[in-house]
Amino acid sequence: MSSTLVKPPSPIQQKSGNLPRQLDKISFQVVMQLIAWLGLLLLTAPSIIILITSFSNAPTLEFPPPGFSLQWYSSLFSFPELRAAALNSFQVALITTLVCVVLGVSACLAMMNSKGRWVTAMDALVMSPLALPGVALGLGMMSFFAMVGVRLSLFTLIVSHIVICTPYVVRNVLANLTQLGSSLQEASTALGASPSYTFFKVTLPLIRPGVLIGAFMAFITSFDNVAVTLFLSDARTDMLPIRMWSMIQNDLDVRAAAISGVLIFVTALLMIVMERFSSLSKALIGN
Amino acid sequence: MKISQLLQPKSGQLALPLAIFLQLFYVIPLLVLIATSFQGEGGAGLSLKNYTEFFNNSVNVKVLIDTFLMGIQVTIVSLIVGYPVAYLYIKAPGFWKGILTFLITLPLLTSAVVRTFGWVVIMGRQGLINTALLQLGMIEEPIRLLFTHNGVLIALTQVWMPMMVLPIVASLSQIDPRLAAASQSLGGGVWRTFWQITFPLTLPGMISGALLVFALTVSSFVTPSIIGGGQLIYLPTLIYQQGIILLNQPFAAAVSTLLLIMVVVMVLILTALGRRSRRYIH
Repeated sequence: MSSTLVKPPSPIQQKSGNLPRQLDKISFQVVMQLIAWLGLLLLTAPSIIILITSFSNAPTLEFPPPGFSLQWYSSLFSFPELRAAALNSFQVALITTLVCVVLGVSACLAMMNSKGRWVTAMDALVMSPLALPGVALGLGMMSFFAMVGVRLSLFTLIVSHIVICTPYVVRNVLANLTQLGSSLQEASTALGASPSYTFFKVTLPLIRPGVLIGAFMAFITSFDNVAVTLFLSDARTDMLPIRMWSMIQNDLDVRAAAISGVLIFVTALLMIVMERFSSLSKALIGN
Repeated sequence: MKISQLLQPKSGQLALPLAIFLQLFYVIPLLVLIATSFQGEGGAGLSLKNYTEFFNNSVNVKVLIDTFLMGIQVTIVSLIVGYPVAYLYIKAPGFWKGILTFLITLPLLTSAVVRTFGWVVIMGRQGLINTALLQLGMIEEPIRLLFTHNGVLIALTQVWMPMMVLPIVASLSQIDPRLAAASQSLGGGVWRTFWQITFPLTLPGMISGALLVFALTVSSFVTPSIIGGGQLIYLPTLIYQQGIILLNQPFAAAVSTLLLIMVVVMVLILTALGRRSRRYIH
């Protein structure tokens, strides 16, 4: 069957000759490739430009830099506020991720094992923060905490981050669980294992890739968040993305380029590590 | 969702902690937000005061229209540019696929602040574009790119384009390659095969991409606030100014509600379209 499909016996082609067909093919390739490479350039340009700028030896922000040095990176060492901000962000992201994983994984187990209609509603509820404006969520949560009389603190900040980061954990873990099916869990239970034994010895090791990727994305989302953080952190707590945002907005501080450089390096490194352990790209691209 | 159902063993009580957490810290705050937007003078009674105030000021209406336009424009541009990127990715051989994966996903995982900063360096007065154009003698004076609508458009397209590329890649990878082969062996040219076969079959991917890009664009705060500066205001910036700087929370809540409505209506329309397009395929 395939041989008859591949052979082109069409009379149209004979009439119009081979040239238009070639032209058709070449023009398609050229247009597609051209736009695609333009797109890739667009996607990567800002990160590359920032990396180059971060090694500049100029006192102000200019491109291309007149020369190269490590002065902006070394200036980060004498910038104690920055270290405090980075530590705060790290701490918040870490706690957020841990809570997201615990809440998310247990919810996924329940959603997986049940066929009730509540699963659809739960899924929509958990996923919806992804599409809703962070500024609106932040304002709503700020008003809510003010209403119930809770002062803004690291606690309120972490609570708000959990809401916006859980979707990543649930999406990846649920995909992993669905792929796995329930037969192994049933077999384990049928052989007399307790639910907790089954979870820790059978299910968890098998869904570890999904948990890791979900946790990774939750961590990054929390660490980079500005919109919600602006509304829910108290004035005394300095967070890294907010600090960078105001550094860039107010006086185009070149030190921000060095921080960006560090962040890009760390992200790329983490991506490579994640790829080793749980094929991050498969989870992101899905093929 | 019945309580008794939830309490049955194995049917869902493990989801309860997250469900309660989200009801308490997500659903209720959203309701508080909407309720605040209807607060009258001095915090008492229900009124539409904040909404009439919003629509009576032409500056605010312009902000609303600009935000909506920006959402549509970024969605269209990232579709036009993102589709070929997804196509290139699908056709790429093994080694290149790895590199392309890295190039597409790294921007997705680097913070929006960092990427926006990159655009500041590219578009600034002493930035890449102006330096290049000046040296080539194409312009006499630096052109203004920062603090313009188009500058924000370019930066936001870069920030959210991966969200368009990924669903299209997923859609493209589900197409049976024999379909295109069949079309071409029957005399359909490459362009015709693309427009008649491949493109319609990827509609679900494009629609879910468009949904994400639109919602994320109109909700963007960091990029418009940096590239747009103080003059170019979009709804999220307006919410921030009113809510945090001017401490006019009922008004900020009304603006938030309008933004939420914009996002939800668009999501509903695109979800319905997506369902129809999927029915068309199967």
